[in-house]
Amino acid sequence: MKTATLLEVRGLTKHFGGITAVDRCSFAVPAGTISALIGPNGSGKTTVFNLTTGYLRRDAGDVVFDGRTVGRPDPMRLYRRGLTRTFQQARIFRNLTLVENLCLGVPRGWPAFLRRDIGGNERARAMEILAEFGLAELAGATAGELSYGQQKLLEFASVLISRPKLVLLDEPTAGVNPVMVERLEGHIRSLHARGITFLVVEHDMNLVMRLCDPVIVMDHGTKLAEGPPAEVQRDPAVLDAYLGD
Amino acid sequence: MRRLSPAGVARALIVFGLLLLFPFVFPQHWILNMAFFVLMYAGLAVSWNLLGGYSGYVSLGHVAFFGIGAYAEAILFQHIGIGSDGYVPFLVLPLIGIGVGVAAVPIAWVAMRTRAMTFAIVTLTLLFVTQTLAFNLHGITNGSQGLSMPSPTFSLYERPFYLCVLGIFAFATLVAWHVRGDALGLMLFAIRDDEDKVRGLGVPTTEAKVLTFAVSVAMVAMIGGVWAYYIGFIYPQYAVDPLVMIGMILPVFLGGVGTLWGPVLGAFILVPAQQWLAYEYGASELYLIAYATVFLGIILLLPRGIIPSLQDLARGRRRRAGTGRTGSSSTPTAEPVGSSS
Repeated sequence: MKTATLLEVRGLTKHFGGITAVDRCSFAVPAGTISALIGPNGSGKTTVFNLTTGYLRRDAGDVVFDGRTVGRPDPMRLYRRGLTRTFQQARIFRNLTLVENLCLGVPRGWPAFLRRDIGGNERARAMEILAEFGLAELAGATAGELSYGQQKLLEFASVLISRPKLVLLDEPTAGVNPVMVERLEGHIRSLHARGITFLVVEHDMNLVMRLCDPVIVMDHGTKLAEGPPAEVQRDPAVLDAYLGD
Repeated sequence: MRRLSPAGVARALIVFGLLLLFPFVFPQHWILNMAFFVLMYAGLAVSWNLLGGYSGYVSLGHVAFFGIGAYAEAILFQHIGIGSDGYVPFLVLPLIGIGVGVAAVPIAWVAMRTRAMTFAIVTLTLLFVTQTLAFNLHGITNGSQGLSMPSPTFSLYERPFYLCVLGIFAFATLVAWHVRGDALGLMLFAIRDDEDKVRGLGVPTTEAKVLTFAVSVAMVAMIGGVWAYYIGFIYPQYAVDPLVMIGMILPVFLGGVGTLWGPVLGAFILVPAQQWLAYEYGASELYLIAYATVFLGIILLLPRGIIPSLQDLARGRRRRAGTGRTGSSSTPTAEPVGSSS
């Protein structure tokens, strides 16, 4: 039985001036997986994230999420449909408290704009997530006071409040100490067990090989290889891309 | 997260209670005249801070809406009288506010597609466009000849104007306080930090910004309306005056950007200081130098504005007292939105 595809990009292309950052890139993320997107620096991984989530306008190609073609990707609408992401450099709201960082992501419509006392349920859920991430004691602190690793955790935690279907993680362990890497890995695994699909851009190959399946390899803006980690590791084209010719 | 605190309520009641009593205790014309302008600029600063301070969108065009409110008031009463007691012009102000707020929505929607410096410049053009229109739409505005308002016969001329502008100022403060604690405020403060990221968390940023812009300029327009009635005679260069624009921004920076009471404090210091300096040293133009000196002092001593600087100071002192250490002074971490100031 073939597993359902949660996210699919087809022929995604993006030019920056004369440089083609992403060149007819196509791949699919099956539902219920922790997929990896790897490749040498400058191979276009983050650009693919930006095109998929609407932070950049694509020049050509299609994005299909959860069975529907996304006409013009918009971060706000995609988030509400269950696609969310983190950034390479943790992007958090430095002047807001941790709880506020989380509550911000609760989807709300017009009438809720003027509600004071951001709902008790929201707060409770935010505290639950913070507790899971070991940040509960800091709930009332401003996010700018956190260490870099904690900021990465907070950013990760804050995209979970909307109960997403797919989370794109852009280098979750970059610049983070080994203990924190283990914690992040643990969080990814436990959230995955609860049904969240992940697509991870990551340079820590040990982590990728033990955590992710399938692994998608990009080079020069397009897909080079795809498959289970062991297979990808042996692929001559992949070795060539990483080690140079 | 931010609830009504007894201290906050007490602070508001004391401030507005005293301000309400003020014109009955000090019925002198010159005092009430100055008090009118203090409250006017306080109201303008609080309204401007709602957008510029909370969301970080620095508008240089708010005074366009001040002028539109002033002209709306003046034009309206070319056609209908001010009533036998002269209170009708006060009563129509909410309508002017609503009208201007609604009209501002498409303007905001376009202007809000830009950010930071570009937004400042785009809104600055609003100022000049409005002034030019006021000069050239002769049939409506009477051009450079200006428009006069009928003059009411109040027993103490300044008092009703003072009370009216106090009412709008109180309303603006109430709005600013409410937004600080509601979901909209959370969105605005997050927009100030990182707007793209906010959008990625499903927040309807455009709606939040446009709504805030409209509310902010609606309150400014109402104040413009009272001003026109008070002055009695308006010209394009005074109704849409870059100096008024500066006058509503400076108190915000002096008192503390994005705080609740900062703009109020700023206006209560700046307006009397300016008047006093102009009165003392006006003839020799020295007052401008004195004014500049005051600013220099503030920039050097309290770069983040009075209220945030004092909070840092207090926090640092508390921390030192708490830990017994004297070496590390507080780092200038920004205050959480939730704090009550």
